[in-house]
Amino acid sequence: MTALTRWLRRNLVVLAGLATLAYLVLPNIVVLVFSFNKPNGRFNYTWQRFSTDAWTDPCGVADLCGSLSLSLQIAIWATVGATVLGTMIAFALARYRFRARGAVSSLIFLPMAMPEVVMAASLATLFLNMGVDFGFWTILIAHIMFCLSFVVTAVKARVMSMDPRLEQAAQDLYASPAQTFLRVTLPIAAPGIAAGALLSFALSFDDFIITNFNAGSTVTFPMFVWGSAQRGTPVQINVIGTAMFALAVLCVLVGQLAGTRRRRS
Amino acid sequence: MTATKAPPAPEPALELRKPATRKRLVPYWLLLPGIVWLLVFFAAPLVYQASTSLQTGSLEKGFEVTWHVQTYADALTEYYPQFLRSVAYAGTATALCLLLGYPLAYLIAFKAGRWRNVLMILVIAPFFTSFLIRTLAWKTILSDSGTVVSVLNSLHILDVTSWLGVTEGERVLATPLAVVCGLTYNFLPFMILPLYTSLERIDGRLHEAAGDLYARPFTTFRKVTFPLSMPGVVAGTLLTFIPATGDYINAELLGAANQKMVGNVIQSQFLRVLDYPTAAALSFILMAAILAMVTVYIRKSGTEDLV
Repeated sequence: MTALTRWLRRNLVVLAGLATLAYLVLPNIVVLVFSFNKPNGRFNYTWQRFSTDAWTDPCGVADLCGSLSLSLQIAIWATVGATVLGTMIAFALARYRFRARGAVSSLIFLPMAMPEVVMAASLATLFLNMGVDFGFWTILIAHIMFCLSFVVTAVKARVMSMDPRLEQAAQDLYASPAQTFLRVTLPIAAPGIAAGALLSFALSFDDFIITNFNAGSTVTFPMFVWGSAQRGTPVQINVIGTAMFALAVLCVLVGQLAGTRRRRS
Repeated sequence: MTATKAPPAPEPALELRKPATRKRLVPYWLLLPGIVWLLVFFAAPLVYQASTSLQTGSLEKGFEVTWHVQTYADALTEYYPQFLRSVAYAGTATALCLLLGYPLAYLIAFKAGRWRNVLMILVIAPFFTSFLIRTLAWKTILSDSGTVVSVLNSLHILDVTSWLGVTEGERVLATPLAVVCGLTYNFLPFMILPLYTSLERIDGRLHEAAGDLYARPFTTFRKVTFPLSMPGVVAGTLLTFIPATGDYINAELLGAANQKMVGNVIQSQFLRVLDYPTAAALSFILMAAILAMVTVYIRKSGTEDLV
C-alpha cells in the first residue's frame, strides 16, 4: 500500500464529508459570484462580465423590494403568532398531564409530516369555499398554521429537559407564581423559544408552496423569484440571496460568540 | 406520655377548592388558541378537501357533493406515471441524501474538533438563504455550456447516464438527473441534522471498546455506530422523503416539461385548470400513499418512539 492510498483510506470520512459540504455550499458561491455579473439579456445563468451595478442599486427592479418588505412583514407577524401560540402549547404538553394529551401531540406532529402541497391545497379550498379574499391575511394565517408545530417541538424539548426543582426552589424562596415564571422559567426556556422563533421566521420568509396556493395575486419574495425564473432573473435576486446568507452567518456567529462569552464569565 | 387528642381535621374550605379546579383547567387554556388555530386552518381544511374530492361541477355552475368516487379512479389512471415518478425521484434523493449526509454528520460529530461550529453553520446557513434562489443557481451549475457538463462529458459519464435513461444526450438540465440533484440538495440539511443529533449522543468510549475488542474500523461502524444512529437515520429519511415526494419546485425549475411530479399536477389542476375535485383527489391519494409507506417503514425499522 502506498502512502497516498493509506492516507486516503484513513481520511475517507473527512474527504466524503467535505465533498458533501462543498455540494451544500456550491450554490451559495454561485449566487455570490453571479451577483457581480452583468448579464446579456434577461437571464442571469451564464457569466458575461464583472459589474457592481446590482449591488449599488438592489431595488432597481420593479416590485422586488416591495415583495421583500411584504415577506418580511409576514415573516415577523407569523413568527410572533406562531411563537406565542406554540410556546403556550409546549408548556401545556411539557408540564401538565391531561386528557387528550395524545390527540394534541398527534395534531402537532401531523403538519410536519404532511407534504406541503396537500396542506396548501386544502387550506386554499377552504378559503375558496368561504369566499375569503386571498392576500396578506390568508398568507399570514397559513404561515402561522405551519410554523406552529415547529415552535412547539423546539420549546417542548427545552422545557422537558429543564429541572423542575429550580422552580420549586424559587417558590421556597417566596417567589410568587408570576415571579417564578418571569425570573426562572422563562429565562431557562428562552433558548428553545428563540430557536422556535428563528425557525418560524426562516420557514415563513422562505415558504413558496403554501404561499403560492394562498396568496391570490399578492406577491411575496419567493413568489417574485419564482416568477422571475420564467420572465428573466434580475441580478438583484443574487444580491439579496448573498445578503441573506451573509446576514444568517453573521447572526449565528454573533450568537455563538455571545454563547461562549457567557459560558466563560 | 399523655395522649393529646388531635385537633379535628379542618373542613376543606370552599375557597381552596376553586383554585384547584382553575389549576386543572390551566393546560386547556394554554392549549386553546393554538389548537383552535390548527383545528380550523389545518384539520378542517383536510375534511373540507375530502368533501371537495367527492364533488362534481364546474367553476361556472358551482360544485356539489355527488359522491363521485370516479374522480379518484380517473386521477389514478391518468396520473399514475407522475405518482410513480414522484416516489422514484424522492426515493433516490433520500438514498443519496443518506449516502452524502452520513459522512458529513459523522465528520461533524466525531472528527471536527474545534471546527464543529463552523461546519454546523455551513450546514444550517442555507436554511436562511432563499432556497428558490439556490435552486435557480443549479441552472447555472448544470447549464449545457457549464463546467460540470463538460467534465462529465469528457469522462463519458453522460454516455452511461443517457444509456440508463436519467439524462438525455449531452445535457443534464431538463433531465431526471437534474431534478434528483436538486431534490437531494434541497433536502440534505433535513437529513444531516437528525443524523448529527443521534450520532452526537453516542458515547465515544463505545468506539474505544470496539477497538479494544479488535474490531476493525469498518466493523465498528457496521456493528456499533450505525445501529446506534438508527433513530437519526429513520427521522432523516422521513424528513427527506415526505416533503420530496410532494415537491414541485425542483421538477418545475430543473426538469423537463414532460416529466412532472405529482406536486406539479396538483398545482396546475388547482391553480391553472381550476379542477378542484381532481386536485383534492390527487392530494388525498398522495397523502394516503405517504402515510401507508411511512407506517410500513416505521414498523420495519422498529423505532416507533419518534414522535
